[in-house]
Amino acid sequence: MTVAAVEAVDVSRTYELDGVSVPALRGVSLTIAQGEYVAVIGPSGSGKSTLMHLLGGLDRPTGGRLVIGGRDVATLTAPELATLRNETIGFVFQAFHLLPRTSAVDNVALPLVYRGVGARQRRERAAAMLGRVGLGHRLGHRPNQLSGGEQQRVAIARALVTDPAVLLADEPTGNLDSATGEAVLELLEQLNAESGVALVMVTHDPEVAARARRRIAVRDGLIRSDTVHDRPLSGGDGRPETLDAAPSAEPRSASGSGPGHPSGGSGGATGATGRLPRGGGPGAPGGAG
Amino acid sequence: MRLAEAWRVALDALRANRMRSALTMLGVIIGVASVVLLVAIGTGTKQKVEQQVEGLGSNLLLVVPGKLDVGTAPVVSPLDLKDVDAVSRVVGDPGRVAVTIASGATARAGTRSDFTTVQGVLETTPAVFTRSLARGRYLTGADVDTSRRVAVLGASVARALFPDRDPLGQQVTLAGVRFRVIGVFTPLGQSLGVDRDDEVHIPVTAAQRLWGTQRIDGIAVKAPDRERIDQLGERIVAELSRRHPDTEFSAVTQQQILGVLGDILGVLTGVLAAIAGISLLVGGVGVSNIMLVSVRERTREIGLRKAVGARPRDIGVQFLLEAVLLTSIGGLTGMALGVGTALLVDAVSPIPAAITWWSLALAFGVSAAVGIVFGVVPAQRAGRLDPVVALRAE
Repeated sequence: MTVAAVEAVDVSRTYELDGVSVPALRGVSLTIAQGEYVAVIGPSGSGKSTLMHLLGGLDRPTGGRLVIGGRDVATLTAPELATLRNETIGFVFQAFHLLPRTSAVDNVALPLVYRGVGARQRRERAAAMLGRVGLGHRLGHRPNQLSGGEQQRVAIARALVTDPAVLLADEPTGNLDSATGEAVLELLEQLNAESGVALVMVTHDPEVAARARRRIAVRDGLIRSDTVHDRPLSGGDGRPETLDAAPSAEPRSASGSGPGHPSGGSGGATGATGRLPRGGGPGAPGGAG
Repeated sequence: MRLAEAWRVALDALRANRMRSALTMLGVIIGVASVVLLVAIGTGTKQKVEQQVEGLGSNLLLVVPGKLDVGTAPVVSPLDLKDVDAVSRVVGDPGRVAVTIASGATARAGTRSDFTTVQGVLETTPAVFTRSLARGRYLTGADVDTSRRVAVLGASVARALFPDRDPLGQQVTLAGVRFRVIGVFTPLGQSLGVDRDDEVHIPVTAAQRLWGTQRIDGIAVKAPDRERIDQLGERIVAELSRRHPDTEFSAVTQQQILGVLGDILGVLTGVLAAIAGISLLVGGVGVSNIMLVSVRERTREIGLRKAVGARPRDIGVQFLLEAVLLTSIGGLTGMALGVGTALLVDAVSPIPAAITWWSLALAFGVSAAVGIVFGVVPAQRAGRLDPVVALRAE
């Protein structure tokens, strides 16, 4: 049985710029189940970043209903929303966003500071997390002493140190070369499979998106397609996936490195449309019309 | 724990921008140092004046014609030596009564001259005002009774007229009349910039003859005890008023003089401290300015902290602490600088300076408060930043 990690119902987000209303999202409905692996793909300006900010509780919708970790965002104060982010969401950014002049272990421990965890325990948990991303030997290094791939691994460790329900990765390989990017993707997929954290990856790269089991295409502030694939496409065959056409689900020969998609725990949480059925989720008030 | 993190981050931020932090602190340092220094000088001056007024002798009562009030015109004295006898009868002991008639005059000895204050006095002066002699003797009753032309020199006058000779037994000419030097006072030093050793005492009778008058300027009485000093003053004033119905008289005690002087110097100290406080205020504006820069510079960091769960208040506290740390370190440095300068001024210049604990506590408290006041706006701005916008910042 699964409970939705994030649920959005007809969510819209409009920016006011010099008195002009600019809609970035125009009514999006989706549910992210626990442990899911979802790629959100779309060109720049499509609204995918706005969607990610909303799903991560960094921003509030101007319309619709958004429930993160069982809590309606509209009912939360700014401090409550911050606490919700801390407890429920892990962020990985394209630009890493590590604090300079701060060691890897302290960077990873940062979210625990705002959870009120003691210094010693923070370090222990951060060090353990760095070990899981393969940086157990780089605890005291500062970001400028680490390679790009290593920096992104530190950022991933930071995102996961709080044991969140959802890991939001915004173009996580955008600043990395392809080999390093591949390794980072594999790490994300491995952590997704191991820990049951839902992985939502925002990307403009069809090859990256093709690795996900579920792919959501966003354009012009709307979800154009939301499809589930029994097996991920191989990222390496050079065949681009069109955005507005629903990607084919035809089985292809999986590459040797084939990252495990969530095999357990989220079995039923798939659907072909924007609104995913949730396996008997008890608390879905008023969502689906 | 969050607070500990905020401290760590604030310290780290100051360290990362050492030059900028130091320059920002400089404003606070100068402000606090000048407050501490000027309050020290004000306090030191007040203490010294109090010492000197008390050093005039205890239980002193000064009787002068006119009302002792700010803004009243001086009154021509109707007093003469018969009034002094009357006052002595009221007091019951002529040895406790001193008089003065003073005027500026040029003192000459050989080719040297010195413009000084000549005081006509009774032989009781050293007992009433607690004066002592370095050399020779003071005036005697016989000197006064016979208007003898003898003089006791203040230390400065003695130095000016007889730099390389023993003044005792030498002649000085005061307003064209020759006097014989019979004594030299022990130096008293300066008071409020006035050289208290720049005076010559001669018998009051000789002074009256010198200036062709029967008058005296004022009477000083050393009261037998502190408790009845006011009562004694009233009796003296009543007696003088009876003898001179047209004139008002005032009797003031040292405590009253100290009170008036203390008030004046207190206001002076306050004004000085306020002027110095303005520079502290300017330093505070500098802190505010640099904090805004710091917030802007670290916008992305703020965005990231918010993304991982920092509440607006966590961010605000972090920047507020940075501002308070900036001004507190500046305040401590300024205090050290102010104390050092005050001690130096006290040691090498004639200006007295005294450090008081309350002024240090006040200076530090004010500098920390400046950090809070001028840190609040930048801190609030940081706390309210939209995390999405902040994360995108360059």
